[in-house]
Amino acid sequence: MSVTIVSEPHEEGMHPTLPQLVRAASIIGESCTVIIPGGNGADEASKIQGVEKVIKLNGDCFSVFDSSTWSAAISGLVDGTVLMATTPVGRELSASIAAGLGRSVVQDVTSIAPGIKVERPAYSGKAVESISVSGDAVITIRPNAIESAESGGSADVSTVDSGENLKIAILEAIAKAGERLDVSEADIIISGGRGLGDRSNFEKLESVADSLGAAVGASRAVVDEWGLPHSMQVGQTGKTVTPSLYIAVGISGAIQHLAGMRSSRYILAINKDPEAPIFGVADYGIVAQWEDALPVLHEAIKSLP
Amino acid sequence: MKVAVLIKQVPDTTARISIAGGSVDEGSISKWTISPYDEYALEAALKLQSESGAKVVAITLGPQRSSKSLIDAAAVGADELMHVLYEGDAGSLSLQSALAAAVRKSEADIVLAGKQAADTNSGSTAPGVAQMLGLPCVGLVSEVKAVDGNFVATRSTSSGMERVSVNGPCVFAFDKGDEELRRPNVRGIMMAKKKPIESLSPADMGISMEDGGVNVESVGYPPEKPAGQTFQGAASASEVVTKLREEANVI
Repeated sequence: MSVTIVSEPHEEGMHPTLPQLVRAASIIGESCTVIIPGGNGADEASKIQGVEKVIKLNGDCFSVFDSSTWSAAISGLVDGTVLMATTPVGRELSASIAAGLGRSVVQDVTSIAPGIKVERPAYSGKAVESISVSGDAVITIRPNAIESAESGGSADVSTVDSGENLKIAILEAIAKAGERLDVSEADIIISGGRGLGDRSNFEKLESVADSLGAAVGASRAVVDEWGLPHSMQVGQTGKTVTPSLYIAVGISGAIQHLAGMRSSRYILAINKDPEAPIFGVADYGIVAQWEDALPVLHEAIKSLP
Repeated sequence: MKVAVLIKQVPDTTARISIAGGSVDEGSISKWTISPYDEYALEAALKLQSESGAKVVAITLGPQRSSKSLIDAAAVGADELMHVLYEGDAGSLSLQSALAAAVRKSEADIVLAGKQAADTNSGSTAPGVAQMLGLPCVGLVSEVKAVDGNFVATRSTSSGMERVSVNGPCVFAFDKGDEELRRPNVRGIMMAKKKPIESLSPADMGISMEDGGVNVESVGYPPEKPAGQTFQGAASASEVVTKLREEANVI
């Protein structure tokens, strides 16, 4: 069976999820073609083991994200099952491609087996669906849920030009305040909740985040009450994140928050209340006042070799 | 101008989900509500109603119980209500086809919806409906305004926010915005109960709900995580950092 991966454009090189998608493709199919809208990182992509063909899809339309235009440019090139990553762009583009091709779409798959059998969380992680997919569907795979394919391939790289015209025009780009990493892209996240006591204490989390190259997140309570940007919110009405390490500081662990972060690979929780529900999902729990524990944590991180 | 808002009735986000015999036991769900992101879409539609004189048509697809979400939408100001009555589980393709057909029937100019529903968490409906209607889609939107015949939306991106313009009909998928959601008053609630609901089936619109392809074989609880390690006192933080490095290998 053929598999086509649509790899999301990335500012530098290929998108970090691509090797994971190639691994998923090798589980369900024999040959794998990678389409890269905009063409960035095609050489890197061609060196992933298991990739047979890389298509650099060039076109003016790839300067602005416009799912209906992009799917028109991409759909004619796909063959067999389509895989994408479950990112905001991936969710929208995959649904657009599926509907355009008259196919079903399955989003946010966390495991994939031949057949095709997949599992995906529903009800914000309160349930898991086991799904069988027959025929050619479009499937998105949760970042970091599947291991990466090894490097060592040597795929053909070809170029296709698209003449599609954009239907969406950008009037103004409003950069985020500061250069802080977004929680949906970070491999390590340190989040704060009401237990921090005051908005100004987020500076202390930022300082630890800087030492780790981490993003800073927040619970819904403090986003609402302290007026933090919604882009920081982790949880059911915020972002669902799956970093390698999630550090929860002064977060009790309301069910809506757990829904957004429980599939992180490792969770460290710091809370003074030993009964806090966050400890129920934590791999490492420190029962302490955060004011005391955070500086010790920070010092230990800084002195790591 | 007419604005369609697609709303879905879902279990309240605080509700416990119980699973029996490989599927979600709907009878155990104590409270149903409009999916949270759809509420932001509804709020934005009501803004277009007050600022630009738009008519708002609320459309839902689901079993009989979901007409309650239409009445709730009417209570805060939706002008027309349309219920695509369907009792079964719908696949993404047939669901989107039926909603697109309902939007066509409503003669709406633009469509607002939540970015994803709180039960399936998929986020496929708005872009899929857009595709079926042959319209562009703008996702992760927090605000839409009608400006000189165009629609100007604010959407979030990985690097911040963008203000984008679309020249003509479009589907907008809403994220949570800064807007305070309006609450119904007594008069609104009384009026909403009298508002007619146009009820129709997918078959009435010539839509087959047979998808095939994707079959949910069973639903289960997520696997329990093994119990973690607990440490007492602030001083233990340095030991934990060592474990994060040597045991977990994540820093």
